[in-house]
Amino acid sequence: MKAGSPDRFMEKETTLRKGEKSMFRKIKDAVAFTLIYLAAFYAVLLLSGIIFYVFAKGVPVLGLPFFTTVTSVVKGTVGIAGNLVNTVYIVALTLVVAVPAGVGAAVWLNEYAAPGRWERLIEFATETLAGIPSIVFGLFGMVFFGTTLGLGYSILTGALTLSLMILPLITRNTQEALRAVPESYRSGAIGMGATKWHMIRTILLPSAMPGITTGILLAVGRIVGESAALLFTAGSGYFLPDSGSGFFHKIMEPGGTLTVQMYLSMASADYDAAFGIAAVLLGIVLTFNLLLKMLARNKLF
Amino acid sequence: MDIGLQQSISDVSQGRQSQTLTGKRNHTRRIEAVAESIFTLCAFFAVFAVGAITLYMIANGVPAVYRLGFREIFFSSVWKPAAEDPSFGILYVILASVVGTVLAVFLGVPVALLTAVFLAEAAPRPLAAVVRPAIELLAGIPSVVYGLLGMMILNPLMYRLELWLFHDASTHRFTGGANLLSAVLVLAVMILPTVISVSETALRAVPDQLRASSMALGASRIQTIFHVVLPAARPGIVTAVVLGVGRAVGEAMAVNLVSGGAVNMPLPFSSVRFLTTAIVGEMGYAEGLHRQVLFTIGLVLFGFIMLVNIFLHRLLREEEG
Amino acid sequence: MTVILMLEILLWIYDGVWRPCQKSVLPSQTVIMAGSTSMEKFADMLAECYREKNSRVKVTAEFTGSSAGIQAVMSGRADIGLSSRPLTAAEKASGAAAYVIALDGIAVITDADNSVTALSTKQLADIYTGRIRDWQELGGGKQPIVVAGREAGSGTRSAFEELLGIKEYCYYANELDSEGAVLARIASTPGAVGYVSFDVLDDTVHALSLDGEEATAEAVKTGRYPLCRSLLLVTRGELGEQRRQVQEIFGYLQTEEGRKLICEAGLIVPDYQ
Repeated sequence: MKAGSPDRFMEKETTLRKGEKSMFRKIKDAVAFTLIYLAAFYAVLLLSGIIFYVFAKGVPVLGLPFFTTVTSVVKGTVGIAGNLVNTVYIVALTLVVAVPAGVGAAVWLNEYAAPGRWERLIEFATETLAGIPSIVFGLFGMVFFGTTLGLGYSILTGALTLSLMILPLITRNTQEALRAVPESYRSGAIGMGATKWHMIRTILLPSAMPGITTGILLAVGRIVGESAALLFTAGSGYFLPDSGSGFFHKIMEPGGTLTVQMYLSMASADYDAAFGIAAVLLGIVLTFNLLLKMLARNKLF
Repeated sequence: MDIGLQQSISDVSQGRQSQTLTGKRNHTRRIEAVAESIFTLCAFFAVFAVGAITLYMIANGVPAVYRLGFREIFFSSVWKPAAEDPSFGILYVILASVVGTVLAVFLGVPVALLTAVFLAEAAPRPLAAVVRPAIELLAGIPSVVYGLLGMMILNPLMYRLELWLFHDASTHRFTGGANLLSAVLVLAVMILPTVISVSETALRAVPDQLRASSMALGASRIQTIFHVVLPAARPGIVTAVVLGVGRAVGEAMAVNLVSGGAVNMPLPFSSVRFLTTAIVGEMGYAEGLHRQVLFTIGLVLFGFIMLVNIFLHRLLREEEG
Repeated sequence: MTVILMLEILLWIYDGVWRPCQKSVLPSQTVIMAGSTSMEKFADMLAECYREKNSRVKVTAEFTGSSAGIQAVMSGRADIGLSSRPLTAAEKASGAAAYVIALDGIAVITDADNSVTALSTKQLADIYTGRIRDWQELGGGKQPIVVAGREAGSGTRSAFEELLGIKEYCYYANELDSEGAVLARIASTPGAVGYVSFDVLDDTVHALSLDGEEATAEAVKTGRYPLCRSLLLVTRGELGEQRRQVQEIFGYLQTEEGRKLICEAGLIVPDYQ
């Protein structure tokens, strides 16, 4: 652009409508528009490329045995049944720990806390927790839950580690939902003589349910996709739990989720299995996004 | 939902009646107290967690610094942890993380901003309805999948570029495409969703009067966007970029697969080790002092993240008031 | 004050409740192995066969690396460590005991299209120290050499470098954190060279002969193949002090069936006697 002295600027003002300048401006606008559209197009292209590539390479691997059997080194077959079970275990255990804690924290922040130091401290801690990368959670989980508490490489270690990681997701979403509950509901309930706990239990939490569910769905998505935090905590077993007592013992045993198994397959050059699992993971991600969309449109409740 | 609400309001009144009937006010008060303390405990859970993590990272990361000396670790570039006479300089590792993150942000943020502008300002509804879910999905794809694709698609392409660029360079060490640039490209893609969604929110928060007045003064839509809306949304956009930095610094699994993994000066076509990949790659086999130094690397990473967090926290506070 | 009280309570819970719970929950029927990725196939096969043979004892395996495996054994998180390197003095001093379970060769591999099929150990050392940079110098086509290997601390890497006498003089272009990753990188990169243990070899790559010796189990057993090492099982304290289930596994590996399993995993059973 030409450097503009004050009178040049005046000139620009007066001749703005004249052909040359407005032509220049139009070209600039057109270029900018093109760039904006290109950027958006790039994002969509990227996504469709990824999905197409992964499904094209992964779907042929899928088949009933892939889902229902366990990898056998002796027979040379690949199956992810054990990893599916591990994933379910870890998701369930993590939610059992993190959801009550996260919802409780949100309730305290929104309903009990007076604005001040403590509230700010907790907000800060929650934000910090959300910003810590998963590999740091993995290191911490390994030394704290694994070594200090003596849980070793186990599904429990992994789940406890992940519960710290997803805590902010639950807290934030619950808090948002609680904020959206009109003040009149609260004053109404209290005015009728309900105690605070009763009001929270019967009015607030039910109204905040969609928000809490959103948080849970996001958290599940995060857990399913996680690998760095699990590699050194939950480890990499791929066997099914034994029937009977094995069901509970399982939580003290190492177990790799789908994503961890995918990383390991990749690391051992077993690309068919890796793409198969990648396709399954993408399928799960797509499903969860759909669920979230439905939730946002109030179709689930 | 309204019916449900009435239901619960009637629950409340019934609850009150039954309580006044039995008249156990002490009992009620005790329940109240217990409920409040449980909620308080839950709230402080996050504080305990952050405290414990900080404590553990410091407790595990500092001994190596203490044993080797600050200089030996932070100002030496020789990384030979398993040698007879080991050397634990992590200068290049830190530099690689810094350079990689900066490059990824430079590449990723402009695209992300333009996409955010598209979503908030330019897109016709049906198009936005396609693009927005696509971005959300990009955010949901596990990082391992990005790594797999980077390894299968990006690395071979990068190797061709490398062969072409250095075809008669005698000193270049060929990396087979696993180099800083590959890692940067993967990171640039991975930070897109975060930056896009946060800056879109920021753009949407700009009041419409600003746009209207700008247009009324004769500015075109593009001029309005670039000279009025974007500057007005600056604090939010800065937040988005900082979040992107956090994401890029902390990413481990995807870059581990595409970055080559040798400790080198971070040049575009050399193979590099980041803070995160040093941990993922070497923790398995490390022992003794080597393991302690890896925890020091963890501590450095944690330090970076805490800086980013504190910066972010202050940004958010400023935005709020 | 309250903080101290809370810590006290936490400690009390840990000692009084947690520890006993842990003891009762931790299934003593499970034997946990942890360690080197060089022994991954072997350990997975052992776990699987043992499951089918003896359903009451469960064997699980983690592949986090030799050192992490030994660490896990010494801290009681695992029962048997899988190590592809000898114990360090510090590890021996803290009571680790090691037993040679198999021999393993380290194969030097290139991508399947490479025309170079034989190297001398001298040439190999020159490649890894950066003196030879193009396949042309070795009689192949004009193509730069992409030097790949394992990360610092890996058992395979230290064995490889020690056997060639170039410990810590190597310049890698790629340092990868598992045997499979090296294999994958070599298979997909024209002109790459790397090393992996015999048990992960497959036909996506080409194993070079070294000093005129093909990379075969026979050549390792006779000691003619230049790159071989022993693989160890590590326990905390002597074998006699271990749980019955752990001793049974060692016993099983001495049987004909156990030795066959080791062979099937691509490893080499040392000739005892």
